[in-house]
Amino acid sequence: MDNNKNWIDQRFPLTKVWNEHLAEYYTPRNFNFWYFFGSLAILVLVMQIVTGIFLTMHFKPDELSAFASVEYIMRDVNWGWLIRYMHSTGASAFFVVIYLHMYRGLLYGSYKAPRELIWILGMVLYIALMAEAFMGYVLPWGQMSYWGAQVIISLFGSVPVIGPDLLIWILGDYAVGDPALNRFFSLHVIALPLILVVLVFLHIVALHTVGSNNPDGIEIKKNKDKNGIPKDGIPFHPYYSVKDIVGVVVFLMIFSAVVFFAPAMNGYFLEHANFIQANPAATPEHIAPLWYLTPFYSILRAIPTMFDSQFPGVVAMFAALLILLALPWLDRSKVKSIRYRSYPYKIALVVFVVSFIVLGWLGMQPVTYRNAILAQIFTATYFGFFILMPWFTSIGETKPVPERITE
Amino acid sequence: MSEQTIDLKKRRFLTGATSVVGAVGVGFVAWPFLSTWNPSAKAKAAGAPIDVDISKLEHGQLIRVFYRKKLTWIFKRDAQTIANLKTLDAELADPNSVEGSKKQQPEYITQNYRSIRPEIAVMEGVCTHLGCSPTHRPELGAADLGGDAWKGGFYCPCHGSKFDLAGRVYAGVPAPTNLKVPKYHFVSDTLIRIGVSPDTHEVKPIFKSNKLT
Repeated sequence: MDNNKNWIDQRFPLTKVWNEHLAEYYTPRNFNFWYFFGSLAILVLVMQIVTGIFLTMHFKPDELSAFASVEYIMRDVNWGWLIRYMHSTGASAFFVVIYLHMYRGLLYGSYKAPRELIWILGMVLYIALMAEAFMGYVLPWGQMSYWGAQVIISLFGSVPVIGPDLLIWILGDYAVGDPALNRFFSLHVIALPLILVVLVFLHIVALHTVGSNNPDGIEIKKNKDKNGIPKDGIPFHPYYSVKDIVGVVVFLMIFSAVVFFAPAMNGYFLEHANFIQANPAATPEHIAPLWYLTPFYSILRAIPTMFDSQFPGVVAMFAALLILLALPWLDRSKVKSIRYRSYPYKIALVVFVVSFIVLGWLGMQPVTYRNAILAQIFTATYFGFFILMPWFTSIGETKPVPERITE
Repeated sequence: MSEQTIDLKKRRFLTGATSVVGAVGVGFVAWPFLSTWNPSAKAKAAGAPIDVDISKLEHGQLIRVFYRKKLTWIFKRDAQTIANLKTLDAELADPNSVEGSKKQQPEYITQNYRSIRPEIAVMEGVCTHLGCSPTHRPELGAADLGGDAWKGGFYCPCHGSKFDLAGRVYAGVPAPTNLKVPKYHFVSDTLIRIGVSPDTHEVKPIFKSNKLT
């Protein structure tokens, strides 16, 4: 055994990698509930790739046969319904996990120096994941697939000057149709998954370079024993590898319940209109993207038409995403964790979370006068969180941060 | 060998020159790949002009055809409807299509009824907001669309934009401009050719219309 290990280690840094990233990778000893979601995100990614590979074996990316091939998977392929529902539920589960993972970052200031790059890579991952999910939703070629694509792609048509040509270039035709379906399929099953996997790798490399933050927001590397091991650190393996398995088990219990008993989640995971084949002649009564995109859709709708163009709304929607990248530099606070933050930040965070959730809800509702006003108010508070952040993170009294982890 | 000194300046120049040539090469190779995304010859051929027979079109009736995969409406308006259009100007964003909506129609369509012949309207059934297809709501005084003020028109279910029966957008709705009028002309009294302007060189249509209703 040892001989084999030596043989490999002389040719590939197996033991070195194992130790550096698992057995001797020291993590703070006070991880709580919020630290389950990173490993769960990897679990969901793997699940999406595996179920996706098997769905690809039966799916036909063709405007005439795509819808029927999904029905074929659901009815005729052995266990096809299970694999498809795992994939469709996995998409929503991915965003549940990612949103909680990102909220953890806000809660404990995990984006602050020296972890800015981890945050930025994570945000790029999030944006790539949205593109992946959007294109995946187009593939079954139901009414929502078609009209959702029509609405989202027409956003690019509003770009000044080049818009109309850009639109035709993206679609490969004068309107949404076979060429668009085909290229979205290619991007969904090859290009974006590759990008996601590379970004996850980089995200973890950056994390392991600086080490994990923790609920106290203390750098454990500042307090090392004589062997150079952080006093408040424990090896990731076996301590957190085993703890994460508990998270995996609980997650899979909830996940299975959804897959088996409520895969459509009453229209939130699979919209009702998508059980009807795409019909370019009839727009469904009510169009809304899936729940995980609705906060940004609300922002898009909240900005009124200006200069005879929808473009300002499109700019606002993308700005709402891109402004998250600037977070590490907008936060001027000396402390990281919510435990020691000043009251202005705590209040602002509550306002931000409420804004995000309300915008998400509004994005699923029809536009009424009241909803339009609400969307504008919460769009303002959403952006206010970022624009006012340099101010409210530098006022108010922060609590003293302890030298060592407290619990 | 005599003692050589490294000429860093020359090395920098060579590195720079090689990088620039390499980047140009990458650009040239990228072009065919990016170009594959443009409409193929097949897609362009399928986007050829279409002929639509309107001999059976009645007043108030609307037919839907696809031109370049875009839903296109052809509908017939009676004299009263055309007269009503003139009364709506105050409620519209750009009633005479001279501002932002100017580019939404060929230059030979200048009247407020936005068509070559007053009674026959041709326009894309694609909302100028985000591309949904507005619903045909010809009934006068529809209670949900403003009651007595509603003279018939189109209502977009996605975001609530309203258009009149000339495809002119109401003020204060999300849609920024009037509905688009494609190029078209009358080949005969009862035949419309969509995709070709009047008085231009004749192009034979490749496909007959795929009429839906």
